[in-house]
Amino acid sequence: GALTSENEAAWLGLNVFLFVYYFLLFDRDKKFYYTRVLLGSALAWARASAKCLNFNSMLILLPVCRNLLSFLRGTCSCCRRTMRKQLDHNLTFHKLVAYAIALFTAVHIIAHLCNFEWYNDSQQAADGSLSSILSDLHQDEESNKWLNPIHSNSTVTYVTFTTIPGLTGVIITVALILMVTSSMEFIRRSYFEVFWYTHHLFIIYFAGLVIHGIAGLVRGQTAESLNKHNPEHCAQDPTHWGGNNKHSHCEEPEFGSIPAESWQWVLAPILLYVFERVLRFWRSQQRVVVTKVVVHPSKVLELQMHKKGFSMEVGQYIFINSPSVSRLEWHPFTLTSAPEEDFFSVHIRAVGDWTENLIDTFQQQKPKTPRIEVDGPFGTASEDVFQYEVAMLVGAGIGVTPFASVLKSIWYKFQHADQRLKTKKIYFYWLCRDTGAFAWFNDLLASLEQEMEESGKASFLNYRLFLTGWDNTAFNFDKDTDVVTGLKQKTSFGRPRWSNEFSAVATAHPRSVVGVFLCGPQALAKSLQKCCHQYSSLDPRKVKFYFNKENF
Amino acid sequence: MGRIEWAMWANEQALASGLILVTGGIVAVAAQFKGWPFAAYSIAAGVFVCLLEYPRGKRKKGSTMERCGQKYFTAVVKVFGPVTRNYYVRAILHAALAVPAGFLLSTILGMACLGIASAIYLLAAIRGEEWNPIEQKPQERPQVGGGTIKQPPTMPPPRPPVETRKKQPAEVAGQENPVPVAVEAE
Repeated sequence: GALTSENEAAWLGLNVFLFVYYFLLFDRDKKFYYTRVLLGSALAWARASAKCLNFNSMLILLPVCRNLLSFLRGTCSCCRRTMRKQLDHNLTFHKLVAYAIALFTAVHIIAHLCNFEWYNDSQQAADGSLSSILSDLHQDEESNKWLNPIHSNSTVTYVTFTTIPGLTGVIITVALILMVTSSMEFIRRSYFEVFWYTHHLFIIYFAGLVIHGIAGLVRGQTAESLNKHNPEHCAQDPTHWGGNNKHSHCEEPEFGSIPAESWQWVLAPILLYVFERVLRFWRSQQRVVVTKVVVHPSKVLELQMHKKGFSMEVGQYIFINSPSVSRLEWHPFTLTSAPEEDFFSVHIRAVGDWTENLIDTFQQQKPKTPRIEVDGPFGTASEDVFQYEVAMLVGAGIGVTPFASVLKSIWYKFQHADQRLKTKKIYFYWLCRDTGAFAWFNDLLASLEQEMEESGKASFLNYRLFLTGWDNTAFNFDKDTDVVTGLKQKTSFGRPRWSNEFSAVATAHPRSVVGVFLCGPQALAKSLQKCCHQYSSLDPRKVKFYFNKENF
Repeated sequence: MGRIEWAMWANEQALASGLILVTGGIVAVAAQFKGWPFAAYSIAAGVFVCLLEYPRGKRKKGSTMERCGQKYFTAVVKVFGPVTRNYYVRAILHAALAVPAGFLLSTILGMACLGIASAIYLLAAIRGEEWNPIEQKPQERPQVGGGTIKQPPTMPPPRPPVETRKKQPAEVAGQENPVPVAVEAE
C-alpha cells in the first residue's frame, strides 16, 4: 500500500543521509586528519557504513514485533485504515533492512581490511615518513594516547583475532551469513526448522555488535590536543614536534577513542523484542477451546473456536499453532466469522505439509482434540465497509475469505438495524478459477440469500460468480466443478467486464456514494480504480465511486 | 514439514562462500595486500565453488525450484557422475579448498563459511543424501482427449439438473460477461 512505500522511501533517504553525512565528517574533519594519513578514505567508508549498520540493526527487530505493532495501530485512532496483508509488509521491510545490513557489512569489512593492512604497514615502516612517525607515537606509554592500534610487528590476521573488534566482527559476520543463507525462501518454505533455529543467531549478532566498538581502536585527535597542535599546519614538519621550536608550536598530537555507541541504537529494540516474545508466549498459553469442526468439500477444515477475552473485527487474521503438528510453526489465517457471532472461525485449506497434517489430525477424530494456540487478531479492520450506502465488494480467488466475515457482519447489522450500518445495497463479485476449494463460501452465499428472501429483503444482496478459469482458448473438462449448485443468481464464465458493471450500478444508484472494496491482485485493483474515476460523476450530487486503496 | 535435506542448506551456504571468497580475493589483489597470491587463489577457488554449487540438486520429496539458467550448469556437473553426486566428496573438496584461504585475512571469512558448508555437506552425506540433477521434462501440450478431438465443444458439459441451468440461454462459454447486470429497482 501507499503507506509502505512512503516508509521505505523515508528509510532509504535516512540511510543515504547518514552515510553521506558521516562519510563527509570522517573524510574532512580535522580531528581525523592524522587518522586519514594512515588510512586514507577507507576510514570514512568504514565509519559511514558503521553508522548505517547501527541504524539498520536498530530497525530490524521492529517489524517482527507483530503484537506490539498491532497494539500501536489499534490505539492510534488517527490512522484507522485497513492494512492489506499487513504482516507481509512487515516481513518485506524486515528483509529489506536485512539486505541493507548485509550490504553495509560488506562495505564495512572491505574498508577495515584496508585499514588493518595500512595500520600494519605504517607500524612496520621505518622510513621516517609521517605515517611511521604517527604510528610510533605514545606506543610505550601507559596513557592511551596512541593513534595506531598495532603496537608491535605482527600480521593483520593476528591483530584481527586478538582484538575485540576483530574477533567480534568475524563472529557476528559468520552469524549474519548463516542467518542469510538459511533464510533463503527455498529453505524457509521447505525446512522451516533450519530457518527458525538458525535465525536465533541474531542473539549472537546483537551481543557481538554491542561489544564490537568498546575497544575504541579507531581514533581521532583529542580536542585538547587540537588546540595545541593544528594538523594542517604541523603535518608538514613532523620531526620537530614537541621540541622547543619557536617556529612550530607543535606539541606531539594525542589521540582518543570514539566511544562505542551501538548499544544506544539497539538497546530499546532489543527490549521491545524480548517483551514481544514474552507477550506471544503468554498469549499462546491462553486456552483455546475448539467448539466445532466442520470438514468441507475439497479438504477445507473449518474450526470454530472460543478464547477468553478474544474480540475481533471484520477482515482481521490470526496466527495458529498446533503443537501436535509442529511445535514451532505459526501460520496466518483470515477470520471467517463475523464479530457478532459467539465464536471465531477460520477455514483452512490443504495447501502444504502443515495444513495437510492439521486437517488429517482433526479428521482422525481422536478422543482428545488436538491443542490449538492462537495469536492475534492482527490487521486493522476497516469500518469503512459499513459506511457506504452502496458497496461493491470484489473478492478474487483466495481473496474471497475475508468477505465471509464482512458479508455475515453486514447481514447481522442489517437484521438488527444497527445504526453503524449505512449500507442499503451490496453488489458482491466473486472471481475464481473454480469454486472447488470455496464450496463452503458457496454455501454461505446460498444460505445468506435464503435468509434474505425469508426476511423479504431479497434485493439487499446482489452477487455474481465469475469463473475466470474459462476463456476462449482453454477448456478444463477434467475439473470436477459443480459450479452453480444452489446459486439462484447467474454464474458467468470469464472475467467481468467492469465497464458494464460500473455503468449499471451508476444507473441504478444515480445519487449514491458507492464504496468499492477489493481483496485480490494488484492488476485488478488498477482496473477497478480506473473505473471508479471513469464512472464517478463530476456533479457532487450524483453518483460517486470510491475505491478503497487499503483493502483487505 | 518434510524431512530436512541438509544438502539444500549446504548448497546455499557454499554458494555464498564462493562469492565471499571471490570478493575478499578481489579486494586483496586490487589493493595489493601482503600475501595477495593467496587472494588470487581464492578468486579461482571461489569461482570454481560457485560454478559447482550453482545448479541446485533435486530434492527427494517435493518439487525443486531451479535457479535461473541452471540447466547449462547441470549439464556440466552431471558429467562428473559420482564425483559430483557424492556429498562426502564435496565435503572433503570444500574443506580442502578452504584451507589456503585461511592464510590471508581478506579471505578468512570465505574460508570460515566454506568450512561450515563443508560440515553441513558432511552431515548430508552421513544422512545418505545425494546430488541428483534436475532434468528437464519435455513440455506436453495439453491435449484434450488425447488429441482426438479436433473441434472441442463450445459449451461446458451437461451437469445434473439445477434450476439455474434453465435460466442460462444458449450462450457461448468463454465470453466476457455476456449477460448484463441485473438492475434491481429500489
